[in-house]
Amino acid sequence: MSSESIALGTVIESARPIGERLHDWVVTVDHKKLGILYILYALFFLVVAGIEAIIMRIQLIVPHNHFVSPQTFNRMMTMHGTTMIFFMVMPILFGFGTYLIPLMIGARDMAFPRLNAFSFWMTAFGGLLLYFSFIGGNGLYGAGTAPDVGWWAYAPLTSRAFSVGHSTDFWTLALLVSGIGSIGAGVNFIATILCMRCPGMTLGKMPLLAWLNLVVGGMVIFCISPLTAAQIMLCIDRYLGGHFFDTQAGGSAVLWMHFFWIFGHPEVYILVVPAFAFVSEIVPVFSRKPIFGYPIMVAATIAIGFISFSVWAHHMFTVGMSAYGNSFFVFTTVAIAVPTGIKIFNWLGTMWGGKILLRVPMLFCIGFLFQFLIAGLTGIMLGTAPFNWQLSGSYFVVAHFHYVIVGGIVFALFGAFYYWYPKMSGRMCNETLGKWHFWLFLIGFHLTFDFMHIPGILGMPRRIYTYEPGRGWELWNLIVTIGAFFQAAAILVFVVNLLWSLRKGEPAGNDPWDAWTLEWSTSSPPPDYDFATTPVVRSRRPLWDLKHPEDPDWKYE
Amino acid sequence: MRKASTADADSEVRQARQVRSLAREVAAIAALLPGVLLAATLCFGAPADPSQIPSIFRPQSTPANSILHLSLLVLAITGAIFAVVFSLLAYSVRKFRQRDGDDGREPAQVYGSNQVELAWTVIPILIVLVLFLATARVIHSIQDAPKPAGAIEVIAIGHQFWWEFRYPTLGVVTANELHVPASNPANSTPTFLTLLSADTDHSFWVPQLAGKTDLIPNRSNHIWIDPQETGVYLGQCAQYCGTQHAKMLLRVYVDSPQQFDEWVREQKRLWVSNDTVAEGRRIFETTACVNCHAVAGTVADGRFGPDLTHLMSRDTIAAGAAPNTRENLRAWIEQPDSIKPGSLMPAMQLNEKDLEALTDYLETLR
Repeated sequence: MSSESIALGTVIESARPIGERLHDWVVTVDHKKLGILYILYALFFLVVAGIEAIIMRIQLIVPHNHFVSPQTFNRMMTMHGTTMIFFMVMPILFGFGTYLIPLMIGARDMAFPRLNAFSFWMTAFGGLLLYFSFIGGNGLYGAGTAPDVGWWAYAPLTSRAFSVGHSTDFWTLALLVSGIGSIGAGVNFIATILCMRCPGMTLGKMPLLAWLNLVVGGMVIFCISPLTAAQIMLCIDRYLGGHFFDTQAGGSAVLWMHFFWIFGHPEVYILVVPAFAFVSEIVPVFSRKPIFGYPIMVAATIAIGFISFSVWAHHMFTVGMSAYGNSFFVFTTVAIAVPTGIKIFNWLGTMWGGKILLRVPMLFCIGFLFQFLIAGLTGIMLGTAPFNWQLSGSYFVVAHFHYVIVGGIVFALFGAFYYWYPKMSGRMCNETLGKWHFWLFLIGFHLTFDFMHIPGILGMPRRIYTYEPGRGWELWNLIVTIGAFFQAAAILVFVVNLLWSLRKGEPAGNDPWDAWTLEWSTSSPPPDYDFATTPVVRSRRPLWDLKHPEDPDWKYE
Repeated sequence: MRKASTADADSEVRQARQVRSLAREVAAIAALLPGVLLAATLCFGAPADPSQIPSIFRPQSTPANSILHLSLLVLAITGAIFAVVFSLLAYSVRKFRQRDGDDGREPAQVYGSNQVELAWTVIPILIVLVLFLATARVIHSIQDAPKPAGAIEVIAIGHQFWWEFRYPTLGVVTANELHVPASNPANSTPTFLTLLSADTDHSFWVPQLAGKTDLIPNRSNHIWIDPQETGVYLGQCAQYCGTQHAKMLLRVYVDSPQQFDEWVREQKRLWVSNDTVAEGRRIFETTACVNCHAVAGTVADGRFGPDLTHLMSRDTIAAGAAPNTRENLRAWIEQPDSIKPGSLMPAMQLNEKDLEALTDYLETLR
């Protein structure tokens, strides 16, 4: 199907001047280059926000520490949260989606290549705006500061009375601008997946990664819009004398919470569904079996997409809703555990009876399964409103959502890195370094986030820059900080591996994992045009059909 | 025969080797955790006094107790789910791992099973229903509890970064240290709190007494507590409210009914004029102090900061940030940032003599 290529001129890439090559990257509309740009941009912010996390953990290593001032700590916590959500996890997932979707559905590019480039550069501009606040936050009044309102920016802390200067405005504008980029990416995902599939690829024969990203695209459009609206309302409050959230003039603090969380909870699924997508591609290949229950996996994802829009107020169990309101959101919240549980069972069903190959991508996926299981269960605890009245706003919640985002999403992401790196670079990642990365990160993750649950149960609220001795919190905070350094070391190994393998890694060939989806049928890295001839598929695993003509999938689907 | 037994021996050796390497891995992980715990314990010496730990698992009041019971149910259910799913995961990884000397053939290609899918859809739905009903019951029992006749009413107002407590029926105003009477089942005297905010969002959280509830501007929220054991229960603001969110600490004193009546009587007493501190009083009443602080019976009637009428009856200052000693009080007036950087109390720039006189005066506010 695929080893053919098209001759497009004879200039060898490395022979061209560096300026010209960089220029190519800036003006590119190629989905592969944009995908890689997204990923590199997000990795940069992973390091930046990681450093912010380390600063916070050093401050909290002992009670009454003086490593940073309360003002600095509050800025670090705001920037860490905002950066990780909006400028690390989201762009990196969009990056993988942008890179992989056309390759997996047999297309030559996204539906709207220019919109694709526009979306990336808007996201990039948003991140720069946010970080510009470090030098421009207080305008002419001082050296400048970053925003310090927390990543939820609850009203009325963001009103002019409590947030002077421009730091909050940089936060608002950064999210507004990058939100436009996200909506662009969502539209593009939907259009590409619905309109650009190769002949034979009906919706029911798409790889799960495409299906899951289709759901993500829909969720992005519906959940980023309220966030964008809220940011505009906040701008109106701050500059045009509006009173949406200005409580001193009769505005509503709770209104902001509703706007923020009707964005915020679907956002969690926007982040985790692409991680599900990676796992749904990697687990079958390394178990040597097709995904178990493909139609149910699709249905469960769509169910999650819908239900995720009805659970937002479980972030607001402590704001004093009525008993009926609380009960409703308890119901929707525990209900979403059903489709999520189905997914976990189906991944286990895929592994069951297979021949599991414990290469690095699979190790990360098994880590994902273990940690996402625990994250889901602590999620159920938090979903039962009375338990939530104790745990919400405490370190237990912090541990819970880091279990989702780091233990779940980031583990799946690392799995995706090791799995698709050969496709993107043409070289294999070093397996030994990969294993070091996995084990160091696993130990660091569990030291940090397992023990972080405990101070929450013992009454330690989140977002405090220091704490009182004698409340039984010291030991746990010390262990958590030690774990953070293990994680930092693991990230260092990861970055070294990426750079080393780019030069010295073994050449990958088209299909190093003996996999089944279309991206493995073209060369590594793929040519500009992805496929020389448009592929034609008959089943969900076109390369399986090719490799096993005696027992093709299309006979059974 | 011989051939077979060699193969057996080989596989035994291989298994033994695998078991040994697995044992080594487990031992390494098992050694690491206690090692960290031990090192940490050595660093910190003796563990904390358990009565000072605000753990949600040592409830002392009905709402916290109902929450604990629900929590135990939820923990049991989630624990069982974890045990089952984790075992399946561990078993699959062990059992279906590709062995050395694999024949390279692909395993049976299974696409799914409707019966199995149905089972793992229906069972979770049943679990979810049980969880929901149990939870809804506890929500109702806490949120819709009737207020008995003997209830004490308190209005708690969150400020950046301290707590104002007003007892409208008793005519008492205090700050940061809430006093409530112990309740007993025979003659229930719970305390019902109305939660308000003067500025940003805050959250009232004393884990041993009740779950947290937010204090939100333009909104009134309600919680109740009925502690039965006397003592001091610790908590703090649990909703990020600005720079000094960390030092917005909360102390609830549960007094015996007699002690509580005595405390109320003391709090209602007006300040008795005392000539030896006339100079300190003059300084207090002629500087900006009175813009924010009140002392009942004098011209000081500010409400931006804590009421100081009975300042010396409190164990701590600056919302629990420091013990209420003469040195701390003096340091607090001289340079609030030395105790609580970013608090809204300004440094008053007094000279040494005025500072002493003012501290003398404050120490008479009993």
